[in-house]
Parts: sequence; structure tokens; C-alpha cells
Amino acid sequence: MSEMRFEAPKTAEAAVALLAGASGVARVLAGGTDLLIQMRGGRVEPELVVDIKGIAEMSTITSENGGFRLGAAVTAMEMHEHAAFSKAWPGLTEAAMLIGSYQIKGRATVGGNLCNASPAADSVPALIAAGATATIVGPKGRRDAKVEDIATGPGKNSLAKGEIVVSFLLPARPANSGDAYLRFIPRTEMDIAVVGAGINLTLDGKGVCTAARVCVGAVAERALVVQPAADALIGSTVDDAAIAKMGAAVSAACRPIDDKRGTKAFRIKVSGVMARRAAAIALNRARGKN
Amino acid sequence: MAKQHVVTTINGNAVEFLCDTRQTLLEVLRDELHMTGAKEGCGTGDCGACTVNIDGRMMCSCLFLGAEAQGKKINTIEGMAAGDKLHVLQRKFLEHAALQCGICTPGMLIAAKTLLENNPDPTEEQTRYWLAGNLCRCTGYNQIIDAVLDAAKELRGAKS
Amino acid sequence: MSAVVTEKKLKVVGTRPDRPDGVPKLTGTAQYGADYTLPGMLWGKILRSPHAHARIRKIDASKALKLPGVKGVITAADLPEQKFEYVGAERVAQNFWHMTRNILAREKVLYEGHALAAVAATTPAIAAEALKLIEVDYEILPHVIDVEDAMKPDAPLLFEDMITRGVEPPPTKPSNVSKRVEFKIGDADAAFATADEVVEMSFKTAAVHQGYIEPHACLARADADGQAEVWSSSQGHFVVRTMTVKMLGMKTGDLRCHAAEIGGAFGGKTVVYVEPVAVALSKKTGHPVKIMMSREDVFKATGPTSGASMTIKVGVMRDGTIVAAKGLFKYQAGAFPGSPVMNGCMCGFAPYDIANVNTIGYDVVCNRPKSVAYRAPGSPISAFAVESTLDMAAKKIGMDPIQFRLKNIAKIGTPTVWGPKHSHAGFAETLQALQKHPAYTAPLGKNQGRGVAVGYWFNGGGESSSTVNVNEDGTVVVATGSPDIGGSRASTAQMAAETLGIPYEAVRPIIADTNSVGYTQATGGSRVTFATGITVINACKKVTEEMCKRAAKMWKIEPENVIWEDGSARPAGKRAGEFPPLTFKEIASKRTATGGPVVASASINAEGQAPGFSAQFADVEVDPDTGAVKILRDVAAQDVGRAIHPSYCEGQIIGGVVQGIGCALNEEYIYDKNGHLENAGFLDYRMPVASDLPKIDAIVVEVPNPNHPYGVKGVAEANIVPPMAAIASAIHGATGKRLTDLPMSPPKVLAALDG
Repeated sequence: MSEMRFEAPKTAEAAVALLAGASGVARVLAGGTDLLIQMRGGRVEPELVVDIKGIAEMSTITSENGGFRLGAAVTAMEMHEHAAFSKAWPGLTEAAMLIGSYQIKGRATVGGNLCNASPAADSVPALIAAGATATIVGPKGRRDAKVEDIATGPGKNSLAKGEIVVSFLLPARPANSGDAYLRFIPRTEMDIAVVGAGINLTLDGKGVCTAARVCVGAVAERALVVQPAADALIGSTVDDAAIAKMGAAVSAACRPIDDKRGTKAFRIKVSGVMARRAAAIALNRARGKN
Repeated sequence: MAKQHVVTTINGNAVEFLCDTRQTLLEVLRDELHMTGAKEGCGTGDCGACTVNIDGRMMCSCLFLGAEAQGKKINTIEGMAAGDKLHVLQRKFLEHAALQCGICTPGMLIAAKTLLENNPDPTEEQTRYWLAGNLCRCTGYNQIIDAVLDAAKELRGAKS
Repeated sequence: MSAVVTEKKLKVVGTRPDRPDGVPKLTGTAQYGADYTLPGMLWGKILRSPHAHARIRKIDASKALKLPGVKGVITAADLPEQKFEYVGAERVAQNFWHMTRNILAREKVLYEGHALAAVAATTPAIAAEALKLIEVDYEILPHVIDVEDAMKPDAPLLFEDMITRGVEPPPTKPSNVSKRVEFKIGDADAAFATADEVVEMSFKTAAVHQGYIEPHACLARADADGQAEVWSSSQGHFVVRTMTVKMLGMKTGDLRCHAAEIGGAFGGKTVVYVEPVAVALSKKTGHPVKIMMSREDVFKATGPTSGASMTIKVGVMRDGTIVAAKGLFKYQAGAFPGSPVMNGCMCGFAPYDIANVNTIGYDVVCNRPKSVAYRAPGSPISAFAVESTLDMAAKKIGMDPIQFRLKNIAKIGTPTVWGPKHSHAGFAETLQALQKHPAYTAPLGKNQGRGVAVGYWFNGGGESSSTVNVNEDGTVVVATGSPDIGGSRASTAQMAAETLGIPYEAVRPIIADTNSVGYTQATGGSRVTFATGITVINACKKVTEEMCKRAAKMWKIEPENVIWEDGSARPAGKRAGEFPPLTFKEIASKRTATGGPVVASASINAEGQAPGFSAQFADVEVDPDTGAVKILRDVAAQDVGRAIHPSYCEGQIIGGVVQGIGCALNEEYIYDKNGHLENAGFLDYRMPVASDLPKIDAIVVEVPNPNHPYGVKGVAEANIVPPMAAIASAIHGATGKRLTDLPMSPPKVLAALDG
């Protein structure tokens, strides 16, 4: 039986050096809520596990250029408890807080949710809708990437060997902005999203939508940015007709599969339903009503 | 095989142990430290029977490596009663018949205690959502919810 | 009826004391199956088939045995062959030839997860590694999962020589149909012609698992002299003993089985999986061996109850009379015969007085784990079909569903489809209690509906034993052979205290091991408080008789002039008033001087159990855009006979309802095209969580059973029978769509709404 090395470095660079230098399978341990299940099931047998929760820049939320820098190893509960962050990004915070039970929410991280690359990850559509940028550290130094470019398919991401996502930059919020994320699950808790929809929009002083991003999860091999759906909102007052058009665009963009969690037909229809309901919440938030 | 040396605090006691780096905290508690109060119902974080409190947060000990326990403060069901005095939640679970088989009870109690530490006056709905990660197949949850809300009430009364 | 003790005399029965076994369960010290260890203990792990159906050409464990730390490997070759015969009452017959093959596969593996070898090693990690080194040469065979597919003439056969039982003359060709059963009264076909309305519908249900939170686990220690000891989580440690000695060819007295605390079972722990394997490994290695199943193992290789395909036809008159009923029930047995289809055929129409009934059932093997008892085995399945059809019939004639059922309800003297007449009251009383609930007439909102259904279960009697030991301080120890799943130690202590006239706190109930108390059948069939309860009461009566004799000795009077009243011996007859009464405690303290230890045992093969009956209504709200069904309210009335501990009766009712809700809405076994179970975990096998549910409203109805001294009927099972149909009918009320395929998960509901 092979051994597994456990390391808990204090800097991202040290973590990168460990991961880059690993001869066998190496894994980053953040919340462990996916990794430990994969290890138990024998789906991955790492030679090295690097626990990155002791790295300060990865486990804190700080202000940056009027926005927030969110450490990739910050847990859902920490986001929820951060008053300023959760006020600025209620949709993203709620998305993270949908992940698993409260036991899991205190452990699961947005970085882990993204890099695990499940198409059904709850925080990812919200993060993409928010227009977040990921900061990546690797053997060649630091780089930034759009969040939508990280996960590429089920269990696959675009990170090179030794690279880790250390944080996300959430841009400064213009006035009259709001975000929301809703998902559908068969129960009220504890399920993986059958579909999920994240919306982020900004209104001008007259209530006309000037910017919108729409991203849906669990309807394709990775979270989908649906530009036609956003376009349906931009320039409108986000009235019922615009929301209906947006929902139809979401359904049209889906290319889901039938699986144990839902059927194709169900996902196509309900993704539009979730997007419409999320848009209504985001709109209220942009109008300052909650 | 080289084992990991871990120094931690469990129920207020300094504890040292050696573990295989792949062992979960649940396995360490049960198989190495012989604290079998935390139960394995699933091993995948879906049932909550192994719930412990780590640095103030409740977690599934099956999704936590023993090696990660270094320097942490862990509280388990074995530390909930003060000597022979049951915690209010334990007493209320007994009074309300909130357990049938009892296998979910240790995890449920740790989760309920963590809830009341965070929110001394939860609504029924908040309580149900907070405990959603703790499966109980016997009770249908009625009596568990009653016990937690009743304990919360008593604890609030005790404080005021 | 006069045999039942009337309520006003009762002091302990009917109260809600703290359970005697509560504190260890609250503090984490209670020992469940996986919590036992012994010095020198090894860890056992079981190799399971990755294929749904395959012939085993060869198992080679030589590499595994060479791994350092591995102490032994066993396969089916280590277990003796069993005779092919069905033994026991037909409803619950067992065949040890099948059982040994389920514990360790022989010629073939018949489902994904089927056990075929086991290893014992010094650590769990080494045992797991050793499993990977066992080489199995499989010849993969075509498989069949669905019950209808398994009945097709060209279906792959699990047993190439299986000839359907119950068909005359016997078929000449083998099939997957193990058995056909039929029950009949009157002439249903002729009666349909006289009916004003006839409703015929077909239904499907999914296999669902008992879902107990504690995986199967045991610790075994075998000695070189052939004696062995087992600590395991089961519903019956006597059952564990009987089956394990049979599987291993041991003498019954050589195996001592202890009842660990049991972390839920609901029927699923009435058979053995790991115990014979652990004993065999312990024998082979000379070390104690512990085996714990994983959750994945539990889903893939234990439980579930059958999925089924069914067709129901009922004929009704405009005044509400049901004149004819037919039911066709095809139940999945899983890999070995023995689905509860016979129960389904018997229970479906049992609540009703219908002159013409015909039910036919098929027990069909398929490449799934062998089905095992699950709470009122078979009844929830057929009730979903029958009660749904009756709801449509009531709607067709415009009759209130409770009124419709009351009009047809079975009473004492109503014949059953299987022959005997109903001999207990309580069905109508339960329906009337439900009808009176204020919420039954509460208005419903948009997208909301209300559905009613009832459920019948036989309840059990059978063999039980107990022993009462009187201690010198006036306390007693009551030892029974019934593992306590849901509070039976509390009810045991209450019945003992009531009978002896001593405080509840003076009774210490325990579950004795198999070699320390008389034979006792499993905790199942809602039989413990009834059957074991009678033995406790009878043993306590013997104790009071003995205590009277001891008092007579102390008073130096004739024993026939002493009576037991209110927990004391009193002089009576011609001696009345001569001495002040002697309390239980006072007499107990004089044990040595009056004749030595006071011990009494009682045993029974109990008859006279009364059936369980539950009537429920459910209110739901359906999200028209997603098909999500929210349970707004569930009111469940159940006749318990007499509630010994009302809180645990309510707990049983609520727990059963919630399992029914899970079965109705989300729980199901999902297979891929290769016959692999896709949701072998709590993530995707979706049992109800706390936030899914409202408070369930339990109504405890008490129509005492005259055959139990305190009127007990048994409470654990009937409650799970009605929810599926009640919810289906509520969804129908809310949407106008009738769902006939369980579970009624959002994609199915949405498809129905959009269809």
C-alpha cells in the first residue's frame, strides 16, 4: 500500500512548490467535502494532500478597489457571516449557503466548489454571474482568469499542474445592482442541484437594466453563461415580458442529460423557471427592496 | 508506514494521537481513541450521525482528516453532559421521547447545541433547516424539533 | 372484552416516563453493532460483485493471502451446502439453500453488490487492500431489473431450473416467477356486471430501502472448541443465532448472541448478512472479527422492499357500496424468492367488507438485492394501488372519501379474502376519529389538495419469553429476548410496574442474550409489546403469587388467604384485616428467610393479536411550474388498542407516516442499463429531512384488544401504509392529474401537469 503525505503549508507559493513537485497524484484539500468522498470511494488515491486552509490570503475576505477579494478557501458560513460581503453579494452568498447541510456549509469553500468542476456546483453560476475573476498561483507565478474559464467539464478544470486558485475578485458594485441564485432540488435541503440559475443585474436611475449576466448550472457539462438571456434583460425595465423572454432564452440554451437527478425535459423547463424567479429577486434587490 | 502525530484538544482535554494520514477524524475518534459516540451512518457527509463541533462549527467528522485536527478544539457527544448532569438538550430529548433507536441522537444533539450557541431563539423553520443534515429515520422529527425548541426556551430563561 | 383492565385502574400504563435506556444513548456510551471491540480483533471486509449477473468461474485469493496483515479469506466453499426446501409459515417461508447463497455467492452472482468472499486483516485498510487482490473470473450474463421484463418468456433466468410454485399443473418451462398466489371470495367477475361504476387502473412502485441510519455491523469471537459469541445489531438475536448456526453447521447452544443497541431496522435487520461471515472468519483465524457494512453496501446488498406492477379493478354502486374488487400484483423478490406479495394480496382489500374479491400475486426474481421485510411488508405497495383506485371510485360517484370508506368498512364478522372473519373492532372508530379532526374540513388554497387513505396490517403474535428477578431492595430486573428498537424497554417496565404494583423506577428492563433467556422471535410485526408484553405480565403475576406465599409465611397464615392488591400482600378471606399489608419491598427484603430467590419466567406462542389500522389524510401544495409537492399537513389516526407509553406510540405513527412520505415523493432504487445501482447513498436516495416536513398530527385511537391484559394491539406498522395513496389523491385534488407511478418525484409530476 502506498503512503499519503499530508502537508499544511502557510503560503500559496509553498503549496504550489509541493504540488508542482509531487511525483504522483496530488490533491488540494480545502473543505474536503468532495475530496474525502472521492478518496473513500477509491476514485482518487493521492500520494500528496496539501491542506491550504492555513494560507492567510486564501482564507480571508478583504476589500479591494471598492470590491471584495474572496479567498478561495473561505467557507460558505464565513461568507454568510461577513456582513459587508453578504450585503453586497446576497445571491452569491446564498448560493454558497445552499451547499449541503450546515455541517458542510461550515467546511465547503467556493474555490473547492469551482475546482471540483461539478456541473451542478451551486456557487459557480452565481460567481460567474457576478463577473468574478479568479487569481491563480502556479509554478510560473500569478495570473488572473475569468471564473467561467476554470471548470471545463465534469471533474475537469483548466488549471495546469501545480496551479491553485487562491482568490476571487468580486468587482465594485454599481448603484442599483442586485444578484440572486436559485436552484431546484427534489427535497428542501441536502440534494445536488437539478438545475441552478444565477442572475446579476444593474439598473439605471430610471429602472432600466444597463447590465446583466445570466449563468445556469446542471444543464450542460459546465455552468453556461447565457448571453441571449442577459440581452433579453438589458435595455428593459425587467418587466414580465423581459423576464419571460430571458427565461425562454435560458431554456433554449440548455443541453442537459437525463440522469438520476432529473430528466432533460424537466431541466430545460425548470431552468427557465428558476431563472425567472431569480431575476425577480435580483430585480428587487437592485431596486433596494431587500 | 509512517504515521502522523497530532496534538489536539477534545472535550477540553489535551489529546495526542498517531494516525494514518488517510484516516478520517471519525475513524480516529472511534478506532484509535475508542470514543464511539459519533456514529458512521454514511461516511459521505449525508447523514450527520458523526457530527462533532470543531472550533465552534459543527462538522461531519467523516469529512475531516484526523491530520487536520492539529491544534483544533473538538467537542463530541462524550463531552456534552457535565459529569452526571445532563445538558438541557439531553434532558429535553429524554422528556420529549425525541429518540427511538438513538443512532442519530449524538449527532443531532451536537447539531442542536451548535444551533443554540449561534441562535438562542430559533423558529421551528430555522431549526428544521439547521438540522436538515441530520437524518433521523425513526421519529419523523416532530419530537426532536419539540425538544430543541423547549431546550432553547429553558436556556433563554436560565440566562435572563 | 371484560378481560382488559379498564383505564381508571391503571397507574403506570398510559403515562409517559423517561425511557430506561435513554441516558446512554444521549451521552454516546450506548453500544451499537459497530461499537464493540475485543483485544486482538481483526477487521473483516467483504468482496462484492461488480456485475448484476455473472457466473463465477473461479475465485483466486492467493495474492490476498500473501499480503502482510491478512489472516484469512473465506468463500462459499467454507460454508456447508444447505437443503433446498421452503420452511416456516407460507407468508414468511425461508429457504436456507437461497440464504447461504445470498451470504456468499456460489455458482453465480445475482446482483451488483452480491457478496462472494471475505477477508480478515489486522487493519481496515489492509482488509480493503486485500479485497482488491482477490481475483474473480466472471462470465458476465444478461440481467433483468424490472419485474415485467423478468416475467417475459425470453427473460434471462436467474435460476435455470425454477418452476413456478402455486400453478396446477406446474409449468414445464422454467421462469423467473417463483410463485403464484391467489385469494378469492364470491365471484368478482360476475359482480362487476352489476356495478354502477367500474374503475380499473394500473400502478407501479419503486423498490425502497428501510433506510435505517446504522449500517449492519457485528463482532464475532469463535473458540477452537466450537463455541462462539456474537454481538450484533439485529431485530432478533435469536434469529441471528438460528440462522448463523444453520449457515455454519454449528450446535445452537454453542453460539451465544448478544443484542447490541440497534440503530434502526424497520424489518431490514430480521435476516443475517455479516454474522455468519464474521463467525466463519473468526473460526478460521482464531481471532475476534468485526465486520461493518458501508452505506453503499447497505443499499446494494441489503433490504429493500419490492417494487411492483399492479392492476386494480373495483365496482361500486351509486350509494357507495363496493360490490366487486380485483387485484393483480407482481412484486420484485430481488435475487432470491420471497417478496411480500402474499401480504399484498391479503392486505389490499382487508379494510373493507366486499362480497366479491379476487387477488392474484406473482413473486418474481430479478437481478436486485433480495427483498427483505420493510414495515408492514407488502401492504404499503398494494394499498397504494387499491386506495388510489378507491379514491377515483369515490370521486366518480361524488362521495366523500372517508364516508365512502366508512360505508364499506370491515367489522367484526366480516370475512377476509384469505378465509377467517375479522375478529376485532377499531377500523370504523379510527376513520371516525379522522373524520372529526377539525382540519379535515379546513379550506384549501390554490394548487392545494387533500387525499384520504387507510392501511391494514396483521400485527404479530408468536414466541416470546421473559424472566423476572426480584431483588432484595424491592427492585426487579425484567429480562426479555426482544431487542429494543423504539422504546420497548420503557413499555416493558411500565407493564411490569403496573402488574407488580411497584414504581416504574423500581423496574430495570434488560435484553438478555440468547443463552440467558427463553427463545424469542424477532422484534417485528408490531409484536413485542403484545407478545413479549404478555410474558412479562404473566411472569409478574407469578411473582405476585409467590410474594403472597412469602407474606403468608411471614404472617404464619394460609397462603390462600393472602391477596395481592395495589403492590402489597393483604390478608384476605377469614384473615382479612388481621395484619397490615406487606409491601413488595418489605417482602423482598425477607427473601432469604422466606425461601430464597423469587424468580419467575413466562413463555408464550401468542395468538390473539389484533390488526393494526391507520386512517390518514394529507394536504399538499403542488408547484405548477416545477412539479414539486409540498406536504402541508398529514393527520394520521391509528388504533393502537391501548397506548402503554403514548409518546412512543405517537413516535411510531409519525415515523411511519414520514417513511411513507419519503416513499411517495422521492425514494427509489435507480438502476443504469448495466444493472448498477446509481444512487447507493443518502445523497441520491432521498429520504425526508427535517425541513421537508410539517409537524405530523398523530391521533392515538384506543379500542382495546381483549386478548392482551392491557389491551395492546401493536403500533409500529399500519402507519406507513396510507401515505402514498393519500398523497397521490391529494395531488389529484390539487391538479386534476392522477399519478400512478411511485415515487411522485418532481419530473414525473411536472410531466403529468404538462402532458
